[in-house]
Amino acid sequence: MTTQDVLSTAADDTVQYVTVVIGGQLFGLPISQVHDVFMPETVTRVPLAAREVAGVLNLRGRIVTAIDMRKRLHLEPREMGQMMAVGIEHKGESYGLVIDSVGEVLTLSADTREANPSNLDKRWAEIAGGVHRLEGKLMVILDVERLLGSMIEPMAA
Amino acid sequence: MDDLLSEFLTETNESLDVVDVELVKFEQEPNNATILDNIFRLVHTIKGTCGFLGLPRLEALAHAAETLMGKFRDGSPVTQEAVSLILNSIDRIKEILAELEAAGGAEPDGSDDDLISQLEHLSLSAESGPVQDEAEGEEDADDNAEGELVYQVLERPLRPGEVSLDDLEKAFQETEMEIELPDTRDGDDDLEDLPEEAQPGESLAGAEPVRADGNKPAAEKKKENKSGKSGSVSNQTIRVSVETLEHLMTMVSELVLTRNQLLEIVRRHEDSEFKVPLQRLSNVTAELQEGVMKTRMQPIGNAWQKLPRIVRDLSQELEKPIELEMIGADTELDRQVLELIKDPLTHMVRNSADHGLEMPADRRTAGKSDKGTITLAAYHEGGHIIIEVRDDGRGLDVEKIKAKALSNGLASEAELEKMTDQQVHRFIFHAGFSTAAQVTSVSGRGVGMDVVRNNIELIGGSVDLRSAPGKGTSFIIKIPLTLAIVSTLIVEASGDRFAIPQLSVVELVRVQTNSEHKIERIKDTPVLRLRNKLLPLVHLSHLLGVAEEPVDEDAIEQDNGFIVVMQVGSQTFGVVVDGVFHTEEIVVKPMSTMLRNLTMFSGNTILGDGSVIMIIDPNGVASAMASHASSAVAEENAAEQADLLQEAIDGQATISMLLFRAGSPEPKAVPLSLVTRLEEFEVSKIERSNGRDLVQYRGALMPLVYVDASHTHRGEGTQPMLVFSDSGRSMGLVVDEIVDIVEDRMNIEVGSERAGILGSAIIKDRATEIIDLGFYLPQAFDDWFMRKEMESSALTKKVLLVDDSAFFRNMLTPVLKAAGYDVTACGSAQAAFEQLENGDTFNAIVSDIEMPEINGFELCEALRRDQRFRQMPILALSAVVTPASIERGRQAGFDDYVAKFDRPGLIAALKDVFSGELGIAA
Repeated sequence: MTTQDVLSTAADDTVQYVTVVIGGQLFGLPISQVHDVFMPETVTRVPLAAREVAGVLNLRGRIVTAIDMRKRLHLEPREMGQMMAVGIEHKGESYGLVIDSVGEVLTLSADTREANPSNLDKRWAEIAGGVHRLEGKLMVILDVERLLGSMIEPMAA
Repeated sequence: MDDLLSEFLTETNESLDVVDVELVKFEQEPNNATILDNIFRLVHTIKGTCGFLGLPRLEALAHAAETLMGKFRDGSPVTQEAVSLILNSIDRIKEILAELEAAGGAEPDGSDDDLISQLEHLSLSAESGPVQDEAEGEEDADDNAEGELVYQVLERPLRPGEVSLDDLEKAFQETEMEIELPDTRDGDDDLEDLPEEAQPGESLAGAEPVRADGNKPAAEKKKENKSGKSGSVSNQTIRVSVETLEHLMTMVSELVLTRNQLLEIVRRHEDSEFKVPLQRLSNVTAELQEGVMKTRMQPIGNAWQKLPRIVRDLSQELEKPIELEMIGADTELDRQVLELIKDPLTHMVRNSADHGLEMPADRRTAGKSDKGTITLAAYHEGGHIIIEVRDDGRGLDVEKIKAKALSNGLASEAELEKMTDQQVHRFIFHAGFSTAAQVTSVSGRGVGMDVVRNNIELIGGSVDLRSAPGKGTSFIIKIPLTLAIVSTLIVEASGDRFAIPQLSVVELVRVQTNSEHKIERIKDTPVLRLRNKLLPLVHLSHLLGVAEEPVDEDAIEQDNGFIVVMQVGSQTFGVVVDGVFHTEEIVVKPMSTMLRNLTMFSGNTILGDGSVIMIIDPNGVASAMASHASSAVAEENAAEQADLLQEAIDGQATISMLLFRAGSPEPKAVPLSLVTRLEEFEVSKIERSNGRDLVQYRGALMPLVYVDASHTHRGEGTQPMLVFSDSGRSMGLVVDEIVDIVEDRMNIEVGSERAGILGSAIIKDRATEIIDLGFYLPQAFDDWFMRKEMESSALTKKVLLVDDSAFFRNMLTPVLKAAGYDVTACGSAQAAFEQLENGDTFNAIVSDIEMPEINGFELCEALRRDQRFRQMPILALSAVVTPASIERGRQAGFDDYVAKFDRPGLIAALKDVFSGELGIAA
């Protein structure tokens, strides 16, 4: 954490992102929100839960709710194979975002960042916090607050 | 708030609770010096601490109370009045403390002079009163001889070198001014005993004459010994915040889980060098877990502490002598559970005192002693705690409960008839149920027992009762020892494992096709014969919606598996699972907020093998079971009716027809749904008046009508008839013979010109006349249709009925006519449009949904788009009534959605839309 803080303060307007790939699309999660990256092994299904909830799993003694990001983004289900997940914390609870693969950590400055294009799929737009123009590809910023918030609020109501 | 002050508040509140209990005991045993000592010491401590903290109001009040108690110690007679006064003072102290806490440490304004003057008055009169001989001879009246108000009283004269308590107190009071609170904090964790109070004083004000070593009054020493004997452990305890304990508990739970995982790994590697150390770790962990659990455990007596005082007050208020007996107060249970059980228990005791116990006079008549007894008993039983609240009063009045249940609409008379007393008793757990003839300040507002039951069920417990008339009532509460660890049964359904709390599992039944336990079906609803009772069954995977459809049906078909018989409240049902593994003690972890809306699960946990498992919530299953059953029924009905509808469209519908003969040998038929009742009357009961035949029926005269004018009733014997009723009026259609009820299709093949006959159809291979009820009803009452019109402000409402099925048009037209509407029927949406375009005005439209070309939804949507019909009431009539279709109907713009076979429902719905309209018009 300390090195991170140093880094982020050193380079003023930059944010570090952990990049992940979901259904061929590059996404970025602010590194400060990513607690760990792990391979979910035995995921217990939760019957009757929302479609996107892949299940619950044990991550070092904590029960983590796994969210299938492909389903959340309305993409084709992934073929069988090893899953990857990004562990995040939200309001004191642990969640795991199940993704296809994890890329590298990028330090990006704010000037390559743009707001969501207006024609972006509504279902994507509600969890995307903007887009970064990278060389040869675009990286969508995942807004974790909105991603999880939208799944919790309607149910609580 | 000051640490010291908050410490003081916690401690004082505890002390006061003890004082409450002790005082009540003391009232009964005024000669017990130990009790008095205890009380005196506690009040004294409070007083001392208050002075120390600079709380003059509390101090003055405590002082006055203490003085009066001092008199008791001197041997003044203990009167009820005096005890009440002290109790009142203690209540006042509690009030002040509560305000103090709320205000963050500032003593509230106000005066306690009223209480203080009474206390002083009593003290003085006690002083002047006769001094009784003490039970303990060593006590003397030395202090009284001094002739002035004394604050503290020793039980014997001072010995050389001792300082009187008063002096000690005075020294303490004087030093107080010099004490700065922060300095005293570390040294003053425990203000329990006077000597300790004195310590800070000594240490800070060295010049004071009191020295601890030599001068410590022996009386105090003696008291300490005494309190030591009576089980006070104040000196060996420390206060730990609940939070710390909770955290500790969580950590231990984690440790247990990790250990379980390690054990699982080692089990797979036979000769592991980890085996021995791990075994040790395992034992230590188990012990640690037990130890931590123990820190959370408290004797149930803590929850009972306030009860003696409550019972005493009740006893006075209700003027019934009541004895409270407490058995097993040292039974320990989890602090959390204890907190949750406190209020329900208090409520039940109040109830017992108020409703359960009779007045002394009544008790005498019943041959019981004047004094009623309420018994509280607690004991362990198989991982649970059983708490019994028992009274020896009059018992529950079954008849009264029945009457109340009936008037509240909880059960019908017939249902009540069949119920056992035990079942009737359980009604008292329903909301709003109070059989108390009058509402007293104590209970009887009917908000009681259902809340009690809810609170108990919330913590996974159950409550039941037994009552014998004249002998008393006893409530039996069964609650888990702790909420943190639950013993569960691990089961499998559709490849997933689930944990079911053992508390609600009654038994396990293995089912096999060829064994005595096999699953039987009533119209696809699985049931099990279990000891001569039918147990409704549900498959867990169905309940959870995880069934892999066809495969699973097969599994049930094969009927191999296990049935977990569960009991939740009064509901017993069987849950079919594919496999049962073992039982496991699990640590319940709350579910993520994202999943908390799932009522079927109460939590989740990590098993020994490291996988996560969902814990089934028995309450969720029970309620799902109820709704599952009804939704299944609804679906079935909907499906059936859809079939019916389809058949009706094809002219293939089978409906129940009542076949009868009247007037002629040919059979006649009427749709059974139109007939209210079949009756037989003695011919002699048929009276003739004003040229028509009548019978007395249900307190009113019912006119009889005949199929044709030439027909008449029998000469003797009994006369069968069909009774048609509507809005409180009845008509009897005289028939010769009721032949049969058949399920057949009604396809009117030949229309009829004859009045009273709709036409002929082939029913049971015979040509049968279908009678037109619309013809006969006005014969009974000329105003049968008119009446309705009068009611609806003399306006005949024109209703357009749209249905593509001739059968339904034929069936519903008379029904609507009978209800007083002017009905125009048309066979398609297209025809309806034409009718409306032709300028015919209608007051309402009743439309079928499933129609070829343009269906009802589209019809309605089209009408709603037209300005003219935007406000017109449009009712949907459909065989398929599901929440989804109702919602679809609402969106399309229908005002109401009625099931096709629901005749009264349709009439009611029409009435509703019109009454709404009239309301606006008026």
